[in-house]
Amino acid sequence: MDRLPDADSRREWLATMTLIRRFEERAGEMYARAKIGGFLHLSIGEEATIVGSARALRDSDYLVSTYRSHGHALVRGTAPERVMAELFGRVDGCSHGRGGSMHMFDLEHRFMGGYGIVGGNLPIAAGIALASDLQGLDEVTLCTFGDGASNQGTFGETLNLAALWRLPVLFMVINNQFGMGTALRRHSAVTDLQRKGESLGVPGMRCDGMDVMDTYSVVCDALSRVREERRPLLVEAVTYRFRGHSMADPEQYRSREEVERWRERDPLGVFARQLIREGVIDEQERERIDQEAIARVDAAVEFADSSPFPAPDSLYDDVYVLDGEVRHAYASDPVEERTGGPPDGGDGATATRPGAAGEDAPAANDEIPQQLTDALAVAEDGHEKAGSSF
Amino acid sequence: MAELRYREALRDALLHEMRRDERVVLMGEDIGVFGGAFKVTEGLLEEFGEARVRDTPISENTIVGVGVGAAMTGLRPVVELMTINFSLLAFDQIVNHAAHIHYMFGGQASVPLVVRMPQGAGHQLGPTHSHSLEAMFLHVPGLLVAVPSTPADAKGLLTSAIRDENPVIFIEHESLYAVRGEVPDGEHLVHFGAARVARRGDDVTIVGISRMALTAERAAETLAAEHGVQAEVIDPRTLRPLDLDTILASVARTNRCVVVEEGWPHGGVGANLATLITEQAFDDLDAPVTRVTGADVPMPYSKPLEDIAYPHEGQVVAAALSALGARPAGAATGG
Repeated sequence: MDRLPDADSRREWLATMTLIRRFEERAGEMYARAKIGGFLHLSIGEEATIVGSARALRDSDYLVSTYRSHGHALVRGTAPERVMAELFGRVDGCSHGRGGSMHMFDLEHRFMGGYGIVGGNLPIAAGIALASDLQGLDEVTLCTFGDGASNQGTFGETLNLAALWRLPVLFMVINNQFGMGTALRRHSAVTDLQRKGESLGVPGMRCDGMDVMDTYSVVCDALSRVREERRPLLVEAVTYRFRGHSMADPEQYRSREEVERWRERDPLGVFARQLIREGVIDEQERERIDQEAIARVDAAVEFADSSPFPAPDSLYDDVYVLDGEVRHAYASDPVEERTGGPPDGGDGATATRPGAAGEDAPAANDEIPQQLTDALAVAEDGHEKAGSSF
Repeated sequence: MAELRYREALRDALLHEMRRDERVVLMGEDIGVFGGAFKVTEGLLEEFGEARVRDTPISENTIVGVGVGAAMTGLRPVVELMTINFSLLAFDQIVNHAAHIHYMFGGQASVPLVVRMPQGAGHQLGPTHSHSLEAMFLHVPGLLVAVPSTPADAKGLLTSAIRDENPVIFIEHESLYAVRGEVPDGEHLVHFGAARVARRGDDVTIVGISRMALTAERAAETLAAEHGVQAEVIDPRTLRPLDLDTILASVARTNRCVVVEEGWPHGGVGANLATLITEQAFDDLDAPVTRVTGADVPMPYSKPLEDIAYPHEGQVVAAALSALGARPAGAATGG
């Protein structure tokens, strides 16, 4: 490896991988306690892929992710408090409670979203790269997506267009072996995913997505080629998610033995042992890193729980950039009846920004909505086939 | 003022905005070397070059998505889709992404994107190239929808659309590209959410959408000349935002309203307007709001069938007279 990162960097990688692991575990617990609604897609098992690739980016580069994006937000520097608050649907969430698990966003850290539509993020990433290119900027865009997305029309369309226009975008297919519950060999005629871009003018390469050093090394090389040669490339990161597709997944499509085999290569444990072996850290430091991650996640939960829900009169905020326009010309339903307030919050001010009002909102999510208990029943009992998300 | 064709007025707006703001870039199938399927972008490649006038592969969803991403990070893309039917391939990017990004990311990103496309019947292009689908876009919060019917409005609305911070669905009409009209020189903006009262009258209000604004105007002339009826004709120009106030003020005087659209009746623009008028001005109405719409069928190829599948002047006249109680409605729905 020609760019061996220094000891401090590797320590930070381990700390961030640990943070993501502990964050995701706690998010799963919070989901079971109905603090979190909707779907929850955890990236446990994929930490090396996330950290190795994101640490190869410059701060000015863009990262575009999928519906499994908590780790991507965290690795880019979004505070765990804001990610957890988003999962809790609170006003201080990184998307102000509008997006939830699948739609994290943090412009400040150039984390350009969490997208809920499989393959929907590829054209957007190419567009971001086009804007960089036309504005004469050196930044590149890293676009991640799952193995399942490689079958979407946007995969072929976007790789072709990006190659044709020589856009500075690195596509990274996170091959975690399953498109939801459908195994790679059952959903893709070509299972050597790094080759799927070849006919579209996008050469591919592969990294061991369970190995943060290998991921970093391969993505570093790919990014410098993208940046210098002004052309897209495709990296396949081979990894595995240890948890179900979402929390409502009884995992009947894979065997316990298979999961256990992959767990032996747990990227977090492997990397920690490697750092200990190399003398970068010792057992005590590893334990301290873990305790720090747990403490950060504790603080994130506490913060999220005390953050208010968005105020009802913020329901219509940010549907449009209003720019002084009157809202009633845009919406045709009875805004005031629904929100209990005048259409523009009286003076047109938005009362939903973090730190603003919201005291009228329910103070805590003590009541467990029926849909959540239903989803939990599916997840916990495991009596439903994985053929349905509900 | 100059007399320009609708397509020339559109090009005038593009030209003006591209000269004014280097962030404006055009993308679409055959808009560069070919000059545009309807010649709207003719000559722009020569002036602005391939970086800003970008011929694309035939990949509608991706073209729009590239526009979304570019708009989020500093460009002001104008994407051309060859017909409105092709926009259905891009519905994911238009609805799930362009329309929702500002909201679902808590206002952190905006999408100042224009997606231009022509619609409309009359050219025997059959069921995949002839529809009028403005109602589909009108349905979606987060989108603005413009439906210019005159060259002047084509230029003014497109200029405003390019400068707007929101995603705009800009719906042109295939049958209008060659139509001439007076267009202001230089910079010309038409405000979104301001209807155009095309003709004054006190007897009945006729609201015409897209090309149907012109059909409504012709019907109004016939109503005046042959029936002594003075119709007020309103072209909303943008469906979102909607200038409902102008329509309601008119209905308050005329007490009758006919909505004319080329699209399908179920869930259409007319259905929407009729509900809004009924909800907000029920006491002003002396007759139910009447709709004249396209036939509830895929657009047929054969000329005699296509002709009766979208509204013409005679049906608008009949609907207006019916609203006035002067004559039975006959066929109020096209076909």
